[in-house]
Amino acid sequence: MKPILNFLEKIEPDKEKSPFLHTLFDGFHTFLFSPNHVTKDGVHVRDAMDLKRTMVLVVLALQLCYVFGTYNIGHQHYLALGLHTEGFFDGLGAKLLYGLLQILPIFIVAHVVGLGIEFYFAAKKGHPIEEGFLVSGALIPLIMPPDIPLWMLALAVAFAVVIGKEAFGGTGMNVVNIALLARVFVFFAYPTEISGDLCWVSYDYNLLHSIFGMQAGTLEALGLDSLPEKFASFKAFALANTPDGWTGATPLGLAAKGGWDAVISSSQYSPSQMWWGTIPGSIGETCKPLVLLGTLMLLATKIASWRVMLSMLIGAVFTGFIMNITTGDPTSFLGVPWQYHFYMGSFFFAMAFMATDPVTAASTNTGKWIYGFFIGSIGMIIRVLNPAYPEGWMLAILFMNVFAPLIDHYVLESNISKRLKRITSAQ
Amino acid sequence: MKNAKIRLVLIISILSSAHLAHAQGSGELTTAFIVGFAVLVLVLLVAAVTFIADNLMQIEAKNMGINNQGANFSVFPKLSELFGEKPEYLDGNQPVTLLKEGYDIPLAGAPAPALASIKVSGTHSLSPKDFVGMSPIPKILFAEGEEVKAGDTLFFDKKRPEIKYASPVSGEVVSITRGEKRSINEIVILADKEISYKEIKEFDLKDCTRESLIEYLLENGVWPFIRQRPFDIVADPKDTPKSIFISTFDSAPLAPDLNFAMEGQGKNFQKGLDILGKLTEGKIHLGLNASMENKPSSVFLDAKGVQKNWFKGPHPSGNVGIQIHHTDPIAKGDVVWVMNAQDVNILGRLFNDKKYDTERLVAVSGAELIEPKYIKAKQGANIESMVKDNLANDQIRIVSGDVLTGKKVEQTGHLGFFDDQVTVLKENNNYEMFGWLIGMTPRPTISKSYPQGLYKGLKMNAETNTHGEHRAFVVTGQYESVLPMDIYPQHLFKSIIVNDFERMEGLGIYELAPEDVALCEFACTSKQDLQSLLAQGLETIREQG
Repeated sequence: MKPILNFLEKIEPDKEKSPFLHTLFDGFHTFLFSPNHVTKDGVHVRDAMDLKRTMVLVVLALQLCYVFGTYNIGHQHYLALGLHTEGFFDGLGAKLLYGLLQILPIFIVAHVVGLGIEFYFAAKKGHPIEEGFLVSGALIPLIMPPDIPLWMLALAVAFAVVIGKEAFGGTGMNVVNIALLARVFVFFAYPTEISGDLCWVSYDYNLLHSIFGMQAGTLEALGLDSLPEKFASFKAFALANTPDGWTGATPLGLAAKGGWDAVISSSQYSPSQMWWGTIPGSIGETCKPLVLLGTLMLLATKIASWRVMLSMLIGAVFTGFIMNITTGDPTSFLGVPWQYHFYMGSFFFAMAFMATDPVTAASTNTGKWIYGFFIGSIGMIIRVLNPAYPEGWMLAILFMNVFAPLIDHYVLESNISKRLKRITSAQ
Repeated sequence: MKNAKIRLVLIISILSSAHLAHAQGSGELTTAFIVGFAVLVLVLLVAAVTFIADNLMQIEAKNMGINNQGANFSVFPKLSELFGEKPEYLDGNQPVTLLKEGYDIPLAGAPAPALASIKVSGTHSLSPKDFVGMSPIPKILFAEGEEVKAGDTLFFDKKRPEIKYASPVSGEVVSITRGEKRSINEIVILADKEISYKEIKEFDLKDCTRESLIEYLLENGVWPFIRQRPFDIVADPKDTPKSIFISTFDSAPLAPDLNFAMEGQGKNFQKGLDILGKLTEGKIHLGLNASMENKPSSVFLDAKGVQKNWFKGPHPSGNVGIQIHHTDPIAKGDVVWVMNAQDVNILGRLFNDKKYDTERLVAVSGAELIEPKYIKAKQGANIESMVKDNLANDQIRIVSGDVLTGKKVEQTGHLGFFDDQVTVLKENNNYEMFGWLIGMTPRPTISKSYPQGLYKGLKMNAETNTHGEHRAFVVTGQYESVLPMDIYPQHLFKSIIVNDFERMEGLGIYELAPEDVALCEFACTSKQDLQSLLAQGLETIREQG
C-alpha cells in the first residue's frame, strides 16, 4: 500500500497548471484509496457509508441484468436467423460472445462520453469528481435497444448529462432521471430506432464481430459464402430470411393489437418465456427474476426506498384492476388481466432502478407514497390507453420526476400548517 | 395492553365480516371482478366511516379538555401498545413514548460503574466559548495573578450583565488566553489544595418572591446552568418559561450513567427541583428511560413536584429536545428552560451546603484508554489529570463531551462547562485502499450494507476518519430515520442554506438544538456539517428575528 501511495504522490499533476489532469488524478485516487480526511467541527465519528459505496451497490445490483442482457442479445439474434433454437443452452458460447461484442461498445461509449463530460465539468468548477454518473452510466446501456447506433447513444448521453445534470449544478441537483433522459432523447429524436417491432433484436454485425470472425461463421452456418448483393445490409437480408412466423414484435406490441389472447396465441411467447426474459426488449430489463434479485439486494441494504417500490406496485395493480373492470373483452388491451401486465414490459426494472433514484424522487416519506402510486398508475395508463407509446414507465417516471417537488411542497406545507396551528391553539 | 389487542381483533372482525357477508352473494366467476370491486368499495366505506368516527372521538376528547398526554382515546390501538413491551417496573397506566427512529452507536470503551480514586487537581478553566451567543470579549473582573474563591464572579457578558459566571475553584488566575480578534478563549485558574468557597448568604425559600430568588441565583453564579430552548442559550432571567425539562438519562454514545451519578445526591436533586418549581408556572418535566432492564435510580423515581414522562428507544431519546417535542412542543414565541440532571444537584447544593460546588460525575471513556473510568471533577477541570498514564497510544483525539456533540480539546485542555464526559478516540488520518468498498475494520454505520450488522452486540472502536468526501444532498429519508421528531430535517437544512426565515420557522427550527441533529450528521452519506449549519440558522434567527 505504501509504495502505491508514494508512487501516486510522485505522479500527482499540478493543480494550477493542469486542473483537468488533477481532477482526473484526484478522481482515481479517491477511487483507489478512501481519503485520509478526519472530522473537524461537529461529530467526531462518521458513518462508514459514503456516496461512492451507495452508488456502487446499485451498480452491483445491476450486474445480473448485464450478464443476462449479454446472453439475450445473442439469443435473439440467433433466433431471428433461425439458428440455435433448441433452448437456452443451445449455442450458449456463440450467443454470449455475440452479445458481449454488441454490448461492449455501447457500455464503453456511454461511459467515455458521460464520464468525460463529468470530469470536464468537475475540473471547470474546481470540485472533486462526484459519483453520480456511476449509476447513470450503468443504467443507460441496459435501457437501450441492442442495436442502437453508437453516435446516437453518444449524443443522448451527452444531452442527458449536460442538459439534465450539469446545467442544474451536478450530482444531486438534477430534476429528472439522467438515464431516462438519455433514453427519452433517443425516443423523441430518433423514434424509428427505439420503437416498433424491429429494433429490439440486433441483426447487424459491428467491427468487433468481424474481428472475432462471428460474421463469417454465421454466414457459413447459413450455407452462404457472402452477403447476396441484392441486399444492401445484413439486416435486410436477415429480415428477408427469418423463419416463418417470426415477427420480432414485442409482447406489448401484440397485446396492443389483440389483448392477452394475441400474446399467448402467438407462437413466439409463452408466459414463462416472458418471465425468464428470453424475449426481445431493451438490453437489461427482460429477465424478471434477475431484476427482482437486484431489487432484493437494494431492499436488503436499504439503498432504495421500499416506499416508492411498494406504492408503485400498488398503483399499477390498482389501475390494472380498474381497467379490467371497465371491459370484459379479453381481446382488448384493457382486458389484459392485471397480473399479466407484470410479465410484459419492464415494470420491475423501472420500479427498482428508475423510480427510486433518490435525487429525482419525492424526498419526504409521505411524498414517496404519492409519487410511487402515481408512477404506477400513470405508467399503466400510458401503456394501455395511449396508442403512440408502447410502454409507459419511462414517461410516467419522468412526468412524476417533474411533479416530485410539488408533492414535497404540499407535504411540507401540511407540516408547516400543523406547526402554525400549535401556536394559534396555544394562544 | 390487553385492551389494545381486543380493540384490534374487534376492528379486523368488523372489516372482514362485511367482506364475508358480501362474498356469499357471489358465485359466478365471470362477475368475480365486479363483486371484488364492490367488496373493495364496501370495505373502504366501512373503514372510512370508522376512521372518521374515530377522529371525531379524539377531537371530542381534546375539546373536553381531557389531558390526553400519551393516553389513547382512539378505537385503534397504537403500535406501541401492541409491540412495545413495557418494562416490569412500570405500572400499567403510565404511558411510554416509543421512539423508533434513532441509532445507538455501538462503541467500545464504556466505564464500569465504579468510582476511580483519582483526585483531580491543578488548573481549572471557565470559557466564554462554551456559551452559545455570548459576545466574544466579556467583561473580566480578575486580572492574571489575582486570587479568586470558588463562586466569585469571573466575568459577565456585556449584553446581559445580570448573568454572572463564577469560578469553579479557588486559587490564582494563571492565564487568560485569547484567540482570534482578541476574543477570550478561557480563563485558567490554578486550584488551591483546599478549595475555599465564597460565603453565601442565607436564603428563605418559603417566603421569597420569584424575583428575589432569581436575583439570588444570578448573584451566586448558578444561573448559567439553566439554558433555554429555542436557541440553546443561557436562560434569560426576565422570561417566564412555559415549563422546565430535565432528562434523567443520557443516551449518547459512552455517556455516563446518570443513575450512578445520582447516588447520594437525592437531597440535592430534590432541592434543585423545588427551586426550579418556583421559577415556572408550568410543570417540571422529568424524562425517564424505559429502555433499561433495571429501573432508574430512586432519586428520579421519588422526585416530587414533577411530571414524569417515560421514553423508550435508541439515541437520541435521552436528548431533552426530543422529549420536549413529544411532551409539550415548542411553538414560535414559547420559551422552555432545560437543565442537565447533574446540574440540578449544583443548584440544590447552593441551598443545602451554602456553597457553589460544581462537582459532578465524569465518565472518562473510549477504546483508546487503558481503563475507562468514572471520576468526580468540578466544572472546567483539566483533562491531563483525568487521562494521565491511561492512554493506550498517542495517535488519539480527546473530546470533551460525547463523540457526536463534544468539543475537541488538547491533553492540556479543560472540561467544557456543561460536559460530564471525556471521550478518547483514535485519530485515523490514514488512506485505506478501497476503503469505501471493503472496510478492513468494523466501523459503526446505520447502513445495512455492512456485514457487521449481523453481529448483534459487536462493539466498535471509534475513529475520526470521515470515510468519504463531502457531497451534495443525494440520499433522502436518512435523517428522518435517526431523528424521532415530526420534522423534515433535509428541507430545514436547505432552507437554512438559502436563509429563508419563514420556512425555517415553519419547518420547526425552534424545536431543534444542534445536539438533536448530531446523529443525522453522523449518518449523513454526503458528509454534510449539519450541526454547525443548524447553529448558524439559529444564530441568524436569534440576531435578526
